[in-house]
Amino acid sequence: MDRMDRNVVVPGDLLSDDPNAAGEGTYVKDGKVFSLLYGMASSYKDKVRVIPLAGKYVPSPGDTVVGIVQDIVFSNWIVNINSPYEGLLHISELPRKIEMNEMSKYLRIGSTAMIRVKDVDSTMKVELTMNDRRLGMLMRGRVAEISPTRVPRLIGKGGSMINMLKKELNCNIFVGQNGRIWVDGQDDDMDLALRTILIIEKEAHTTGLTDRIMDFLRVEKEARS
Amino acid sequence: MIGMDEKLSFFKDGVRLDGRRSDELRPIKIEVGVLARADGSCYMEMGDNRVIAAVYGPREVHPRHLQEVTRAIVRYRYNMASFSVEERKRPGPDRRSNEVSKVSREALEPVVLTSYFPKSVVDIFVEVLQADAGTRTAGINAASVALADAGIPMKSLISSCAAGKVDGEIVLDPMKIEDNLGEADVPIAMTPGGDITLLQMDGRLTKDELKRAVDLAKAGCRQIYEIQRKVLVDRYSHMEPEICDEAVAMAGEEI
Repeated sequence: MDRMDRNVVVPGDLLSDDPNAAGEGTYVKDGKVFSLLYGMASSYKDKVRVIPLAGKYVPSPGDTVVGIVQDIVFSNWIVNINSPYEGLLHISELPRKIEMNEMSKYLRIGSTAMIRVKDVDSTMKVELTMNDRRLGMLMRGRVAEISPTRVPRLIGKGGSMINMLKKELNCNIFVGQNGRIWVDGQDDDMDLALRTILIIEKEAHTTGLTDRIMDFLRVEKEARS
Repeated sequence: MIGMDEKLSFFKDGVRLDGRRSDELRPIKIEVGVLARADGSCYMEMGDNRVIAAVYGPREVHPRHLQEVTRAIVRYRYNMASFSVEERKRPGPDRRSNEVSKVSREALEPVVLTSYFPKSVVDIFVEVLQADAGTRTAGINAASVALADAGIPMKSLISSCAAGKVDGEIVLDPMKIEDNLGEADVPIAMTPGGDITLLQMDGRLTKDELKRAVDLAKAGCRQIYEIQRKVLVDRYSHMEPEICDEAVAMAGEEI
């Protein structure tokens, strides 16, 4: 009962008879590899793995994400990172030293920021940092939300999709691993960018998407001028 | 209402009252992703049963004291709409729905990898819109598909189906009249591998009859599993293989 005939698999589908081939999204039982997820199976460096089609963002150290400040408590900002777990940004993780009573001067409740996950412990306490010059508060622009499982598609092979969007739309775009996307540019460019991103999310599983998006942008831009 | 002494025959010309053979399921229809706000959802019809399942999560646990430090908890709420049965059902949880919720949760929990999401909760809501015997099995089937749709890691799907005894004969998937007036009802739930996660019995059966009922229900579950799987696979049948080869993308490149 080899279910690799098609690429889409459901939990419990047999993927391989070789337990060494177990990759992400799989489990081994009785020396055989089965799928853990509803998603797409693929072979990658002699491992078989399953990419989910849906799911929540689970923070892992090193991820860069877009967070929204939810609360300020004793020397920490509590940050929503679009995940079942909230992030903690300590006052000492800002690039410059600030006083505790000045915290809301920098990041208020509702502020958006580009943040890196510094550490996640076994109890899922998520420590965040902003101590990098590529991170920081997002004062301008807009934020869109897509399913975190579609983030690789939005970026494309070697960044092909995202670089095309940046170039065609004259926008700064930052894709957070948690599925939040920050876009900054001229108003109508941003409108088009957000619309395009939602199309990519909806059609993430279809073929020739980069070319179709290219055509879509060309038509939209012609209509505008 | 049929009088006590009036003998009702459940078979006519060798088939059941709705024209099924004794080992035949009622027609099944499944739709995935029917609710926009839920993380995963499924609408299912099993004969005249109509249920809808919604899955939320993993998400933060409220109230907090229910939280488990090492794993996710699973909550399952089975609810019958007041209009789902002929005589208006008084809305809200009652003894029966609490029991069905509990056994259904226990039918699904063994396959969910709760250890992947400590301190969180997976909420499953099953609403019965129309009831015609076997709503718990329909609810479990729908919930299992909705869990997969929500992207929750599971060892396998769960399929569920009942067998009953009418006129001294073991039949698959009893409908309302067979359930109400029959001699026994045995709902089961199982993994495609044959591990049983739910087994209940209402009525009286001999040891041998129970064994035959379970075997028949297992065969029914296998048929249901194929339908559940097909619906999920067909939803994305025109997939692009190449996106899989992209290694975990390097999000967060410079802006």
